[in-house]
Amino acid sequence: MSHVEQGEHDATNAYQSLSETTAHDDPRWAFGTGFEDGLSLGEAEITAPVPEGVDAADLAAYCQMLGDDALIYSQQLSEWVANAPELEEEVALANTALDLLGQARVLLARAGHVEGADRDEDALAYLRDQAGFRNVALAEQSDELDFGRCIARLLIFSTWRLALLHRLLDSKDPVIAAVAGKGVKELTYHRDYAARWALRLGDGTEESHRRVQAGLDWAWPYVEELFRTSDEEHRLIEAGVAVDPAGTREEFDAVLAQVLDRATLTRPEVPPVGTIGGRSGRQGVHTERLGHVLAEMQSVAREHPGATW
Amino acid sequence: MTATDERSHPAFEDEFQATIDADQRIEPRDWMPEAYRKTLIRQIAQHAHSEIIGMQPEGNWIGRAPSLRRKAILLAKVQDEAGHGMYLYAAAETLGVDREELTEKLIESKQKYSSIFNYPTLTYADVGVIGWLVDGAAICNQVPLCRCSYGPYARAMVRICKEESFHQRQGYELLLAMVNGTPAQKAMVQESVDRWWWPSLMMFGPADGDSPNTQQSMAWNIKRHTNDELRQRFVDMTVPQAEALGVTLPDPDLRWNDERQAHDFGEPDWSEFKAVISGAGPTNAQRIAHRRRAHESGAWVREAARVYADKQAAKKREVTA
Repeated sequence: MSHVEQGEHDATNAYQSLSETTAHDDPRWAFGTGFEDGLSLGEAEITAPVPEGVDAADLAAYCQMLGDDALIYSQQLSEWVANAPELEEEVALANTALDLLGQARVLLARAGHVEGADRDEDALAYLRDQAGFRNVALAEQSDELDFGRCIARLLIFSTWRLALLHRLLDSKDPVIAAVAGKGVKELTYHRDYAARWALRLGDGTEESHRRVQAGLDWAWPYVEELFRTSDEEHRLIEAGVAVDPAGTREEFDAVLAQVLDRATLTRPEVPPVGTIGGRSGRQGVHTERLGHVLAEMQSVAREHPGATW
Repeated sequence: MTATDERSHPAFEDEFQATIDADQRIEPRDWMPEAYRKTLIRQIAQHAHSEIIGMQPEGNWIGRAPSLRRKAILLAKVQDEAGHGMYLYAAAETLGVDREELTEKLIESKQKYSSIFNYPTLTYADVGVIGWLVDGAAICNQVPLCRCSYGPYARAMVRICKEESFHQRQGYELLLAMVNGTPAQKAMVQESVDRWWWPSLMMFGPADGDSPNTQQSMAWNIKRHTNDELRQRFVDMTVPQAEALGVTLPDPDLRWNDERQAHDFGEPDWSEFKAVISGAGPTNAQRIAHRRRAHESGAWVREAARVYADKQAAKKREVTA
C-alpha cells in the first residue's frame, strides 16, 4: 500500500513543481523537438565553417532548397492530422511530418548561419515571401484529404528524397551530411510506408485502385522538376557539397517501376508542369498553392512582429 | 435471465470482490460482474474518444504554430493523443468490444467524450492553456486511474499519465514564454484563461451529490476519489501556478481558507455543463461531424487493406497447398 501511495505522490509532486521550473533550465521541455535530442547535432555544428572553396551564398541557397522541401511538405502533410483513415495512419503521417520538420529546422538554421544576415530558422520560415522559398512544387501541393493522393505524392517524394540523402551522406558540408545521416533512416521508413500502401490500394478493391491511380496521375506532372539541376547545385556539385538531382532519376524510375508493377498501377503518361522562362520552385517561382500555404503558416508569427514563443 | 447472469455464481462473485478488496487487479480472463464490465467499457471508450476528439481543437493550430519549435511540440503532442487513443481502444478490446464498434457509437453520439473538447480553440494561447489547465485537470483525474482495479486500463494509464504530464509542462512553458513576451501575448494568455477556467473545473463532472455512478465505481476501485475531491485538488495545485504566471483566475470567490487549508472557490455554471454534455456546447456538432467525415472518408482505405490482406492470405494458401 505504501508504494502505491508513493507512486501517486510522486506524480502529484512533479505536477506541483511546475511553477518552480523555469523555461530555460530544463531540457525536458523540448524533448524530441530540439536539435540536441532530435539530431544529436549541437549548435556548434550548425555554426561549422563553410567548407573551403564553397560559395557561402550558394550553400545557403542549397540548404534552403533541401530545408524548404521538408518544411513545406511537412506543413502540407500535417493537414492529415485528425483526418486520417485509421489511428495507425494518424500516427504514421504525423510522424513523417515531424521527421521532415526536424530536417527542415536544422537545414534552415544552417542556411541562416551560412548566409550571415542574422536570420534564424524562424526568420526564414516565417518572414520570407513566396519568391524567397526554394521548394519544389510537389511539396506545396495539397492532398485535399484524398488518401490516394497522399500515398502517390508521398511515394514520389520519399523515393526521390531518399535517393538524394543517400548521396549526401558524404557531403563536404558537415550539417548536410548529418541531416542526411539521420534522414536516410527516416526516409527509408517513409518510402516503405508509402510503398506498402501503394500495394494495398493498387491491388485492393476496384475503388482503391482507381483512386490511387488518380492520385498518381495528379502528382506526376510535378515529377520532372525533381530532376532539374539549378545553377547553385551545379556549382556545389563541383565542390563536393551537393549532389546532382538528375543523377537520381535512374534509381527513382527503377523503384517506382517495381512498386507500380507489383501494385498493378500504371506509370502516368502526362506532360510535366511547365516553367516560366525556365524558372520554377528552385528559383522562387511557384504554383498558386504556395501563397495559401504561407498565408496560413505565417499568420500568427506575422501578427506579432518581434514576439518570441 | 441471460446466460451471463446465470454465470453470476456466488463463488465467482466472492472471488471477484476479494480481489477488489485486496486492492489487486482484475485481468481480462477473470470472471467479472456484467455491470463492472459495462461500466469499464463505457469509461474506457469515453476516455479513448476524448483523446481522439481532443486532436481536433489542438490540430486546429498545427498549421499556424508561430515558431518551428512550437510546431514540432504541438505536432508531437497531437500524435501522442492518437497513440493514447490506440492504447485505450486496445484496453477496451480486452473487454470484448472492438474499435470499429466504439467509433460507430461515438459518431452516432451514443457514447460521450470529455465535455472540454466541445469548446473552440480561438488563439494560440489556447494551445498553452489546454496543456496547462486541461491536461492538468486530466492528470488529476487520471493519476488515480493508474491504480484502477482493471489491469489493462491501469497499465495503459501509467504510460498515458507520463506523457500527459509532459504535455502539461510544455503547455505551461509556452504560457511562461508568452507572459514574458509582448503585451499582446500576455493579454492573449489572460483572455484564454478566462475562457477555459470554468470548463476545466467542469471536467471533474457534476458535484458529488449529482454524480450517481461515483459510489459504485469507488466500491469497484475503478474510481478512487470523488469529483469534488479531485476538483479541490486541481484548484489548490493551480492557484500558485497562476500566480507564477501572473494571470488572474476568473473567480471572485476564489480565496485561501486557512481553516480548511484549501481554497474556497465559486460554483461552475452547471446549466452550461448540462448543455454541453447533452450536445448543445459551442462545438459539439462540429467535432462529431469532423470525426464522422474522417471515418467515413477512410472507409474505402480500410476496405482496401482488408481485401488486400485476404488476397495475400489466399496466395499463401495456394503456395502451401
